[in-house]
Amino acid sequence: MEKDVVIKIRGLVNGFGSQILHDHLDLDVYRGEVLGVVGGSGTGKSVLLRSIIGLNQIRSGTIEVFGKDTSKLNDMQMRDIEMRWGVLFQEGALFSSQTIAENIQVPMREYLDMPQQLMNEIASMKLSMVGLPENAAVKYPSELSGGMKKRAGLARALALDPDIVFLDEPTAGLDPISANMFDELIKDLQKSLKLTVFMVTHDLDTLRATTDRIAVLVDRKIVVGTIDELRKNPHPWIQEYFSGPRGRAAA
Amino acid sequence: MSTAHDTQDDARARVRTERKARSLRLMAEGQWTTREAAALDAELRRIDLGDATDAVIDGSGLERIDSAGAWLLVRTKRDWEQRGTRVAPIVLDDVYNALLHAVEHEHTAPPVTIHDQHTLQAFVGRVGKATVHGLQQGVGILGYLGRVTVEVTEAIYHPRGNLKFAALVHQVEETGINALPIVGLLSFLIGIVLAYQGADQLKRFGAEVFTINLLGVGLLRELGGLVTAIIVAGRSGSAFTAQIGTMRVNEEIDAMETIGINTVDALVLPRILGLVIALPFLTFYADVMGLLGGAVMCYFDLGITVPVFMRQLQDAISVNTFMVGMIKAPVFAFIIGLVGCFEGLQVERNAASVGKLTTRSVVESIFLVIVLDAGFSILFSIIGI
Ligand SMILES: Nc1ncnc2c1ncn2[C@@H]1O[C@H](COP(=O)(O)OP(=O)(O)OP(=O)(O)O)[C@@H](O)[C@H]1O
Ligand SMILES: [Mg+2]
Repeated sequence: MEKDVVIKIRGLVNGFGSQILHDHLDLDVYRGEVLGVVGGSGTGKSVLLRSIIGLNQIRSGTIEVFGKDTSKLNDMQMRDIEMRWGVLFQEGALFSSQTIAENIQVPMREYLDMPQQLMNEIASMKLSMVGLPENAAVKYPSELSGGMKKRAGLARALALDPDIVFLDEPTAGLDPISANMFDELIKDLQKSLKLTVFMVTHDLDTLRATTDRIAVLVDRKIVVGTIDELRKNPHPWIQEYFSGPRGRAAA
Repeated sequence: MSTAHDTQDDARARVRTERKARSLRLMAEGQWTTREAAALDAELRRIDLGDATDAVIDGSGLERIDSAGAWLLVRTKRDWEQRGTRVAPIVLDDVYNALLHAVEHEHTAPPVTIHDQHTLQAFVGRVGKATVHGLQQGVGILGYLGRVTVEVTEAIYHPRGNLKFAALVHQVEETGINALPIVGLLSFLIGIVLAYQGADQLKRFGAEVFTINLLGVGLLRELGGLVTAIIVAGRSGSAFTAQIGTMRVNEEIDAMETIGINTVDALVLPRILGLVIALPFLTFYADVMGLLGGAVMCYFDLGITVPVFMRQLQDAISVNTFMVGMIKAPVFAFIIGLVGCFEGLQVERNAASVGKLTTRSVVESIFLVIVLDAGFSILFSIIGI
């Protein structure tokens, strides 16, 4: 059976000034898979993520999400797509003047007409899903620790039960127990909701535990495969990454 | 005997209930997703348990369910159990077990409580808070005035590189030179307006030539300096607060302090001293532009030529008139800079706070400038200048 492609990138070129980050890069993301994206620091993983969600002006190439070229959509069509994805930014990007519960409710307020009590229930359910204590709901982002902000951002990304979530280093700053919990949550949601996950991460344990395939950003292009396939790849950076001391420890 | 209750058929998510003897069967069908949650929530709350002692929640007919839908099922089960009904475990396809597990949690306090803002009690509370806050603000700014004064004195008498010359020059450019167009234009227009209104009134007595006295004294003593100070408060005072406030939000100030950089030396001194240097020049420039505007108006409206204008101006004003206006400029500058920087450092770590304190900084500095101006007037009249 042909796999259902939800994100299709062809010939993507990105760069800032004379610095080229992506050079005719191709990538497919399938429905219901967890795709890990790895690459050296500063190789353009976050920029790739921002390009897919339309926050970055691309130089050339096409990006299709749910079969639609995102550069050709009007505002209403874009809104339909935006409702179906959730994004966790590398720095959390919580709204600083709203409490965590209000932050999680922002997408619900924007798209749906829900009674306040139900929104409260759902917000506190999402908080416990990502492992935040209930008293975090009334706190402001500036009153949370770095790891807690990450989890609150994840709860907001999951607020509408999207089809795709984009996660930029979701486990950075989490203790190993919370990181494990995160891995479990992603697997649970993938199994039950057929969630598609596009996850930039440096966490080898998370990669091993959750991802179906891994996309490695090297030499301005993407190399995709499972961990075992990538281990056999002769590219020096990939070898170093998966077979270095940390890579072996995670295996 | 069995009764069935259906919701409208075109809905994408459906709730059906069936009663048999003393047991109730709830059948969830269709798409139980977040989009449908509000309708389902209302529907579920309407279900009357009646005299049922047993209940079954059956989700086997669901096409799709997400975490909001799963939560509704879990919540309903919990509600019914609390009311003393025995509820069998939720029947749901095995793939959803993980989901059910994920949404299971003890929901206790509602996270968002909206307080009623319109009661008398809330109003009295706000007044009290504002009063205390105002007093604290006053004490705070006095304390800050003290600290900045000490640092300024130190920077001038014992300069140990604590005042960065490049930063100072940058601030003079930013607050002074870049303000020239707007200050010049507005003073020119004010000169025109003043001359026109003055001429209009004085003509009745045949004393139109005294328009020039009005212009000279009014602009040089009061308006030139005041208008410039107000423009600069709106332009640079707000910029100071927003810049320093944003640095607070990004924890840049914290970082500077841990590195051991004195924030007063690095951020506040160049701004305040830059303004203290720039504002007198701006005031002088405003005086000149205002008189120019007045001269233009006098020529076209009253036919007073430039040489006549100059002679009358020389009679009308003395060096003192000019000095009285100029001496106020550095004081205004100091206050605008002090308030702008002080409010910037008060910013809390959220975006709304930057906006709020920027507004407050502009309002406070304009207020203080006008109060000080009144104070100067009284002082000068006592000492008879
Ligand atoms: N707005 C921008 N203007 C100029 N250069 C940028 C911009 N955004 C990113 N870059 C550059 O693009 C490169 C890739 O940045 P990106 O944030 O995608 O890195 P990354 O792969 O996510 O790294 P990390 O793992 O450290 O998060 C960096 O060299 C960065 O300096
Ligand atoms: Mg990044």
